[in-house]
Amino acid sequence: MSQLIENLHWLPAPPLDLKERMQNLSDASDLRQIANYALDTNQLSKLAGKLKALRKNSVDLRPLAAFKLGVVSNATTKLFSPALMATGLRYGLDLDVVEAEFNQVAQEAFSEESSFIGKRIDAVLIAIDYHGLALTAIPGDEERARKSVADCVAYLKAVSEKISSKTNAPIILQNIVPPAESFLGSFDPFLPGTLSWLITHVNHEISQLASSNISILNVLGLASNLGLANWHDLTQWNVGKLPFSLKYASIYADHVCRILSVRRGKSKRCLILDLDNTVWGGIIGDDGVDGILIGNGDPTGEAHLQVQQIALELRNCGIVLAISSKNEDAIARLPFREHPDMLLREEHIAVFQANWSDKASNIRAIAQTLSLGLESIVFLDDNPAERLQVRKELPEVSVPELPSDPALFGRTLLAAGYFESVGFSAEDRQRAEMYQQNARRADLMSNASDMESYLASLAMVATFAPFDASSRARIAQLISKSNQFNLTTKRYSEIEIAQLEQDPQVTTFQIRLTDSLGDNGMISVLICRKQDKVWDIDTWLMSCRVLGRRLEEAVLLEIVKLAKVEGVDRLVARYIPTPRNIIVKDHYRKLGFTLLNAQADGTEIWQRDLNGFEYGVVPIAVR
Amino acid sequence: MHNSPEAVAMLKQLTPIFQDVMDDDDLVISAATKAEDVDNWDSLAQIRLVVSIEEALGLRFSAAEISALQNVGDLLDLIARKRDN
Repeated sequence: MSQLIENLHWLPAPPLDLKERMQNLSDASDLRQIANYALDTNQLSKLAGKLKALRKNSVDLRPLAAFKLGVVSNATTKLFSPALMATGLRYGLDLDVVEAEFNQVAQEAFSEESSFIGKRIDAVLIAIDYHGLALTAIPGDEERARKSVADCVAYLKAVSEKISSKTNAPIILQNIVPPAESFLGSFDPFLPGTLSWLITHVNHEISQLASSNISILNVLGLASNLGLANWHDLTQWNVGKLPFSLKYASIYADHVCRILSVRRGKSKRCLILDLDNTVWGGIIGDDGVDGILIGNGDPTGEAHLQVQQIALELRNCGIVLAISSKNEDAIARLPFREHPDMLLREEHIAVFQANWSDKASNIRAIAQTLSLGLESIVFLDDNPAERLQVRKELPEVSVPELPSDPALFGRTLLAAGYFESVGFSAEDRQRAEMYQQNARRADLMSNASDMESYLASLAMVATFAPFDASSRARIAQLISKSNQFNLTTKRYSEIEIAQLEQDPQVTTFQIRLTDSLGDNGMISVLICRKQDKVWDIDTWLMSCRVLGRRLEEAVLLEIVKLAKVEGVDRLVARYIPTPRNIIVKDHYRKLGFTLLNAQADGTEIWQRDLNGFEYGVVPIAVR
Repeated sequence: MHNSPEAVAMLKQLTPIFQDVMDDDDLVISAATKAEDVDNWDSLAQIRLVVSIEEALGLRFSAAEISALQNVGDLLDLIARKRDN
């Protein structure tokens, strides 16, 4: 069963003409397409070679995002770094790996010398395994054992912090995989001072090191799934100091890249489920409510029940659920309303699309209703033909391959790691509910006679405050994740955000919005930098959930009010285009700014004179 | 040496693995081929090669066996020995 994981079974198998396609690839899109197959270690190495060759020939690899990953380890990393580079392509990254010298962890952290100096590093992976820790196993000596754990954790913490401050980059710190062997059998993990006891306790402490700046890579979880005795290939360690069996390079690299990707703000927000033979067994249109297989007592029914359980768990994690099914709407809804064993109910589903249109069109409609980008959507369907159609029409959507046995649907979906996360806020917990409210607002709007009365009926209240420590995590999350309504797409780490709070030349805004249907939470962030009598709007971003509600006008009014108090007489702002923020191209024009100049790279500089500024009326109260 | 049908067949089976690991689709190997004869055949490629062959043939080699390999012929002999046991 570990093959499902190690062979990346949620990705389509490589095509028969993979060799030819590798030979002929010439641009970013080719690279990315090939990286989306389930490639093994050798195939990934080959693809990394092609990527290097294109880079060498200065081929423009956009829209892949250039990313430099530093790697520090006590073991040989050269064998998995090509896998990292090639896997990065799967996640939209033009990934370059900068390796510290073999087994130079402490030197890299504590000496003046560093492999990373003078390079703009975007993140550093600290991959230390148990061989690289000074764990002194003295079974039965609890005091020494606790000291040994504390020393090791202090070392890992110091290494992480030093390297982070040297490179100004966030850290991905791996936890520790224990060896497969135990000395005292079942008693081994419970006796203080054994290696397994020490490693368990070190891992517990490592999990406490997680912060906005340090993400923990749960390599222990991965290795446990694959089997510790498989993970630690003793011969490969002896021959080449390989930290784990080379065949696992693909899945390891995928796990690393998941974290890189989510740190860059790419995360899945929505799971769209097919119904027949996915959410339940059988076909509702043919079998009827009494004939479909769902619930305990039938192995197929239980398998589909697990799919529902997992969907609900994901909803608790903030993933919004939607349905896309080729069915009559009324018939498709019947099991949700009438079948006693269904776990999923209509109230859990934000958008319900049961009709006879093709799935790609339905998915597009769902994305639109929820104001979500297609790249934040996962589509689960047992039917290979539907999967193929969606993959072809909407390559941005993630569509896992599924085995024929529904018992494995849930495991495959989760093994794909779509819902990787590096933090979890109260907002995340409520997100699914918020998206659902949003879908209801969309309903409300289609009922309102006109836009103005709709907005008035929402009774919106916006709250403005400067950045503060208690909101820092959410601010950081918005800054790292917002891509569409984001004028400059500048990313700041939590450390940098804390610095901004203190900077007297900087004025920051965090804006929350509530309305008659609920709390939208923090939905906008601004950073203004003061220069004499000018405010330069460094960052302006807004959650797309609240698009079209004139919030940006309300925000401008508030900025201007405060700017005038500070003696500012002019606002300057920038629009830096990316493939994803076209939505705000006319943002400043609409707000009455005038274009100062447009640069060759597409960056536009706008300004607005505040003398004689007229405060308009917006349907949003400000607190 | 290495003219037996088994050795010839094994060389044929190993060739695509070599091509894959050395990233050279036109690579031709013989029993006499050594690491120095092939671009990209460094110590890291050697490990990838051994691991790939182990996977493909369902065999396991020890560290001593791996480091004793001087050329492709040695590898053929080693595989033959493993298969006889």
